[in-house]
Amino acid sequence: MNKKDFLKISKKKLNSRLIVGTGKYKNMIECAKAIKISGAEMVTVAVRRVNIADKNKPLLMDYIDPKKITYLPNTAGCFNSIEALRTLRLAREIGGWKLVKLEVLGDKINLLPDMIETLKSTEVLTKEGFEVMVYCNDDPLMAKRLENVGAKAIMPLAAPIGSGLGIQNKLNIEIIRKQTKLPLIIDAGIGTASDASIAMEMGCDGVLINTAIAKAKKPYQMAEAMKLAVIAGRKSYLSGRIKKNIYGNASSPKKGLI
Amino acid sequence: MKFKNKIKIRVNGKKVVFDKNESIEILIKKLKIPLNKVAIELNKKILNKRKINKIKLNNNDKIEIVHFIGGG
Repeated sequence: MNKKDFLKISKKKLNSRLIVGTGKYKNMIECAKAIKISGAEMVTVAVRRVNIADKNKPLLMDYIDPKKITYLPNTAGCFNSIEALRTLRLAREIGGWKLVKLEVLGDKINLLPDMIETLKSTEVLTKEGFEVMVYCNDDPLMAKRLENVGAKAIMPLAAPIGSGLGIQNKLNIEIIRKQTKLPLIIDAGIGTASDASIAMEMGCDGVLINTAIAKAKKPYQMAEAMKLAVIAGRKSYLSGRIKKNIYGNASSPKKGLI
Repeated sequence: MKFKNKIKIRVNGKKVVFDKNESIEILIKKLKIPLNKVAIELNKKILNKRKINKIKLNNNDKIEIVHFIGGG
């Protein structure tokens, strides 16, 4: 890959266009190893209560060094703006994190984002100096409004979180791609390597994957598959694909046929 | 309350009996929590970690101590 082809989010430059989540792994060791194999330089993390009863419980920071891998605090599990703001303000206090992932859910069954609360939170957080990467629906109008209130990255879902269905509404993703110069990262719903490649071939700037790696039968192998899929999709996008044609077009010359 | 020099507080939802007139810094130390890896909230107000040695705890205070865990 061209060395200059990095993913730039706000002032952050990443060599890998794959961002991975750190949830759902069997343990911290598996999580850390999968991240290493995936080549990801940015990982999402959640904010939760410290277990005061069991002080020997392993800490994420002991396995994934925030000095080497960029932590992206998220608001997973928040169902309104108040909860999301509280979570990210706490995340900032842990150690100065300003680049964050906002995710306000509106529906416990489908885990679809509540875009009204999301928009409201993006505006408040931006005013408070946060750099907000926003998990959102694949709605071009909402994506535009998020951009207007200061979002630093637009992160539409491919499909519901953890569903593994791949991009369900390609047209909307294409429209969002055309209308924004902000980093466009497909977040949620990736199931397999081809889903990640498709997102990259469509010109998305990156993909965020958790369940597809963590819950694969062989997480390490899938981490590598996703790494390669993202690279392949990106290269394919930059290469300028051939036009689609319903008729055949022979690859061998007719001249000299016997 | 049994002892005059004790207070009852809640830490991460759990009842904790703590010494009166002690600071939050002492509480964090007693709980053996690494300060650089957490954020602290007192009665829903986020605290500046550098100033917690000056904040005394009162009866019925609610404290939340959070950190980063794995998440998508």
